[in-house]
Amino acid sequence: MSEGHSTYTPKTGIGRWFDSRMPLPRLVYDSFIAYPVPRNLNYAWTFGGILALMLAAQILTGIVLAMHYAADSTLAFDSVEKIMRDVNSGWLLRYLHSNGASFFFIAVYIHIFRGLYYGSYKAPRELLWILGCIIYLLMMATGFMGYVLPWGQMSFWGATVITGFFTAIPLVGDWIQQLLLGGFAVDNPTLNRFFALHYLLPFMIAGVVVLHIWALHVVGQNNPTGIEVKSKTDTLAFTPYATIKDGFGMIVFLLVFAYFVFYLPNYLGHPDNYTVANPLKTPAHIVPEWYFLPFYAILRAITFNIGPINSKLGGVLCLFGAIVMLFLVPWLDTSKVRSAVYRPWYKLFFWLFVADSILLGWLGSQPAEGSYVFMAQMATLFYFAFFLVALPVLGLIEKPRRLPNSITEAVLEKNKGGGGHPAGATAAPETKG
Amino acid sequence: MSATDTQDPNRRDFLYIATGMAAVVGAGAVAWPFIDQMRPDASTLALASVEVDVSSLTPGMSLVVKWRGRPVVVRNRTEKEMKDGEAVNLAELKDPIARNANLPADAPATDANRTTPGKEAWMVMVQVCTHLGCIPLGQEGDFGGWFCPCHGSVYDTAGRIRKGPAPENMAVPVFQFISDTKIRIG
Repeated sequence: MSEGHSTYTPKTGIGRWFDSRMPLPRLVYDSFIAYPVPRNLNYAWTFGGILALMLAAQILTGIVLAMHYAADSTLAFDSVEKIMRDVNSGWLLRYLHSNGASFFFIAVYIHIFRGLYYGSYKAPRELLWILGCIIYLLMMATGFMGYVLPWGQMSFWGATVITGFFTAIPLVGDWIQQLLLGGFAVDNPTLNRFFALHYLLPFMIAGVVVLHIWALHVVGQNNPTGIEVKSKTDTLAFTPYATIKDGFGMIVFLLVFAYFVFYLPNYLGHPDNYTVANPLKTPAHIVPEWYFLPFYAILRAITFNIGPINSKLGGVLCLFGAIVMLFLVPWLDTSKVRSAVYRPWYKLFFWLFVADSILLGWLGSQPAEGSYVFMAQMATLFYFAFFLVALPVLGLIEKPRRLPNSITEAVLEKNKGGGGHPAGATAAPETKG
Repeated sequence: MSATDTQDPNRRDFLYIATGMAAVVGAGAVAWPFIDQMRPDASTLALASVEVDVSSLTPGMSLVVKWRGRPVVVRNRTEKEMKDGEAVNLAELKDPIARNANLPADAPATDANRTTPGKEAWMVMVQVCTHLGCIPLGQEGDFGGWFCPCHGSVYDTAGRIRKGPAPENMAVPVFQFISDTKIRIG
């Protein structure tokens, strides 16, 4: 989209001097001002910008917190309490950071589901999608290690259980676990390395985000119709149209975020993490952070041996397999039509998949006993069936609805039907005279 | 000299391969310290053995010591617990191996093999669930042994896995009675 025709013309002498030596202003202009975006993007598309904002905010609050935090198992818990009680505005910065992680994940889940709904992973956007999956993996690693740093009971036992996954690997499992922990159990060396990596990984995320945006600007954005941009009337300039819309999305998102920070700061956390880590006592009920709960439910659903694979290794394989599915989506989906808007059966299965993911999340928060285990097994089965059966088969048997010829046609059709509907006004500002 | 150099394989090919090999070995040699530093360090390994005074334990009492960062339970079992442990049919066990570091790796999981000869009342065991590393609670669960609250694994009075997701019996560490009232673990 952006390659080739740059319309940037520096107006000042300094601008021209820069442009002929290092055209950074040209890059910014072409990427964030003149960049053509499909005119029919809805609010689901504002989450890319929201995610960039959350990453920047997490790095900012994180660096400041690191100035007051002590990564030592005898000091860590107290230093966090010191941040909460003694450091000026420390309570606010810490609540921004801990709730910020949760809201980062809320935004990324909406972003991923949007991609699944509108088929944003299909050719030529496979690499763009995979870079996104890598970012998501890095986010999970960062979130997990960050949760260990306050050195509470959930920190400690969450780290024990998750590093315990690696002991399921035959032969080398125990060696790998000791390599990760720097000892035979979670202890001071573990805390030190997790802190170093928790500081590093967000910058690696930022690096992959640059690649993600680069890939996006090569292939262009998908849009609710899933039809490629064909003519100039299909697009609008990024500024002001997308910047204003993204900005509004950010403000609404930050309002909800601020509500949690100021009124429900511990709602998404766990009270056990305000008890200092005790290596000799496991809390009665270990749960990970809410954003890992669906995967945790999948892990615990495998209570039976599958041939030579015992239940423990099976659970770990299913957990990682659940994430691998995302990487394979571009090749599992056989349909030529991108958007679920024109795929009645896929639309149904998509929403069932959303419901299934939420169900798995809820099951992950419940104890692993009685009927919960059976429900988790069924929900896990559906999770994998969605990727391995529904995606390939639906593309072959489903009869899609008629596609409009262009984005412009889709927008005008919608406006005719809706009369003076305000949604039409935001979707097609230029048609409003 | 240059005339003969054009034959295959010539001296330049040899130099390319030799340089490439040196680079690979060099990269490996540089990478190793970065991996090696992550392994348990000398101070962690130095805590490899502890001595415990068990003179205060009457039958039915346990104590827990920290060994290599993990809890090791020392339990003076009651007559009933020992009888329950001996009465188990080995064919019913999920993990038929003793997992006793003091015995050969394939020793069967009899009650005696989970303890030490002459001191069958004493269970010395790493009290860490073999599923995902939680600490099971003592004297709970259907078999009167240990019960893991995390994912519901149930162990019997000899610490053998009987029910739930854990794959193995809890580990018996290297230990010995150095006197009637003292145990060295590790």
